[in-house]
Amino acid sequence: MVTPLLPLKMENVSVRRGGKTILGPITLQLADEGISILLGPNGSGKTTLLKTMHGVERPNTGTLQWNVGAEDARLRQAFVFQSPTILRRSVLDNIAYPLTLRGVKRAEARDRAEAFAARVGLTRVLDQHGMVLSGGEKQKLALARALILEPDLLFLDEPCANLDGRATRDIEEILLAVRAEGTRIVMSTHDLGQARRLGDEIWFLHAGQLRETTPKGQFFSEPQSDTARSYLRGDLLP
Amino acid sequence: MKFKSLILAAALAVAGSFASAEEFKMSVTTSFANSGLAEVLLPEIEKDIGLTVQLLIVGTGQALELGANGDVDAVLVHSKKAEEKWLGEGNGTHRREIMYNDFIIIGPAADPAGAKAATTATDALKAIAAAQAKFVSRGDDSGTHKMELALWKKAEVAAEGEWYAAVGQGMGAALNTAAGMNAYILADRASWLNFANKADLAIAFEGDPALFNQYAYLPVNPAKHAHVKADAAAKLEEWLVSPRAKELIEGYKIDGQQLFVFNATAN
Amino acid sequence: MEKIWEGLTQAAMLIVGFDPDLMEITLLSLRVTITATLIASAIGLPLGAWLVVNRFRFRRVVIAIINALMGLPPVVVGLFVYVLLSRSGPFGVLGLLFTPTAMIIAQVIIITPIIVSISHQAIRELWADYHDLLISLNATRRQRIATLIMDGRRALLTASLAGFGRAIGEVGAIMIVGGNIDHATRVLTTAIALETGKGEFGMALALGFILIGLAIIVNLGVHMLSRTERGSRW
Repeated sequence: MVTPLLPLKMENVSVRRGGKTILGPITLQLADEGISILLGPNGSGKTTLLKTMHGVERPNTGTLQWNVGAEDARLRQAFVFQSPTILRRSVLDNIAYPLTLRGVKRAEARDRAEAFAARVGLTRVLDQHGMVLSGGEKQKLALARALILEPDLLFLDEPCANLDGRATRDIEEILLAVRAEGTRIVMSTHDLGQARRLGDEIWFLHAGQLRETTPKGQFFSEPQSDTARSYLRGDLLP
Repeated sequence: MKFKSLILAAALAVAGSFASAEEFKMSVTTSFANSGLAEVLLPEIEKDIGLTVQLLIVGTGQALELGANGDVDAVLVHSKKAEEKWLGEGNGTHRREIMYNDFIIIGPAADPAGAKAATTATDALKAIAAAQAKFVSRGDDSGTHKMELALWKKAEVAAEGEWYAAVGQGMGAALNTAAGMNAYILADRASWLNFANKADLAIAFEGDPALFNQYAYLPVNPAKHAHVKADAAAKLEEWLVSPRAKELIEGYKIDGQQLFVFNATAN
Repeated sequence: MEKIWEGLTQAAMLIVGFDPDLMEITLLSLRVTITATLIASAIGLPLGAWLVVNRFRFRRVVIAIINALMGLPPVVVGLFVYVLLSRSGPFGVLGLLFTPTAMIIAQVIIITPIIVSISHQAIRELWADYHDLLISLNATRRQRIATLIMDGRRALLTASLAGFGRAIGEVGAIMIVGGNIDHATRVLTTAIALETGKGEFGMALALGFILIGLAIIVNLGVHMLSRTERGSRW
């Protein structure tokens, strides 16, 4: 039995940039299963929070405590960035890349990459160069590249921000399937509909502060904070 | 056992490859190289005594410096004072005079300074200085440059001013500059005859014995640099003063003119 | 103008006639410069990438020094290598002075800073793009450098070719450490200097045209090879 990655305990975590606190202090526990949706207006600190949890952003104060060692924890999670970074390689080699980093033989890595490409529907473009893909295909590539590590925890930063409806639906289907396999997902979005469709719980972030972490049904029917209420109404928040 | 003999064979092969091509490095002045005589002598040396002489064509100063550092096996230059100083520092074993050619004063065909009328080299230079006619100097501490400075000194003329340009380059480059400026210049006859870019230049003065240019051969001192090929240096010296060398040196002509006079004496 | 035509016709005649001396010095030019470029690339490309990936205290100083080294006069490099390799110098016993090896050493010193500087520029942009992903994937420092070199290879090829271009046309340093010895260390550039000194401008220009032609052929050849490697635009 492998020691579970979660819970993650964050205590008093804050991030400062240029003398200004842009996030926190945040105290939060990430546990259980399901999909947490991070909502909040632009500049509220969604990306910073995700990156800090993942560990690519260093907090200025506070601690992150995983259920396993920090190094082990890094290997068991993956991140899909808002604008996907595409390596200057073929689609297949892009998806296989994380495995080769971990010492998997090239041939085996490519075999497994092919399977994950099929899963996100990129089989048709396997041999194309990553840079010539459409926006939706690029995001699927990034998703496959994150999933190939079979992470216990997957972060996504507005994965559908610039996609059309069809690509968005494809990605949502994949995410629901991934969730069903037991991968914990934390993702940010601007799309309230997407939050309704995917979320098990909603985190609402405003001005670097986590205003609420509420089960989905409750958040949309009776949000607990004033800011969340005005956000849902469509008001512009200061 | 087998392994050892293999190493031995390899070592012998390496040593053999060095021994078979006996290469001998000699630094010579640009003026000697430009004369074209080397292209006549080197193949004959290789044929007669089996020595591949590799020439490093540099200025006199650098030629002697290479010898002092042990980077060549012998030096062939033409600047007696510098040679004697170099020998005095223990850099070489001895100095052997081989041959001489002569310097000439080149100038614009129209000869604006009237150097042609002079009877001695110093008078010719005095005329050039008096006319403030453009003069290009090697200015590179070479044998030719040293000869030029000695002549100015003898003429009691301060070689400076707008008319006097020291270019700090080899004979060819200096001649190119003189051709471009249509200026006077002191050159060795061999370089001049072989020089292809004569433009409007012609010989302005020649024939004064003061202009003779003695070439000497100086083997690098093996007591200072143990690796130099002293045996080969001796063999080459023997060849250079032989009747065979005399025949080739005096037979070398450009446009029907003999360039070098062989004057080595038997020991 | 006349001289240029003379040079061109002479160049054509030398090439058509497969002049053996020309072949020899051309091949030596290529051998020396290609070897130097390979060595300088093996040092310079990883160093350029390493400087991008690593943040250390004196990074800016190191980059400034490398950029300054690009402006080093080849003659100074030549003298420096001469002093090291001279029989009176620290490496004199190796007997490398006036050999193609000495010329390669001098060229490596001249072009490595160029290759480092250009590759550093090129990789910096790629790193800005890859940074978050590679950190997220826990790539080790070595893996980061390898990935950047691999994926930036087109731009890095340009860095290497810039080094090649500088080296093939270099004369000051190799004249000093090679000695321009006929049939031993004479290359195109030193032969050009020699012919110019003899006032044989036509011949010098002819060799110059051959040198330029050679550089163009090598550049085109490398680009063609690198394009066939992958069909796409990138």
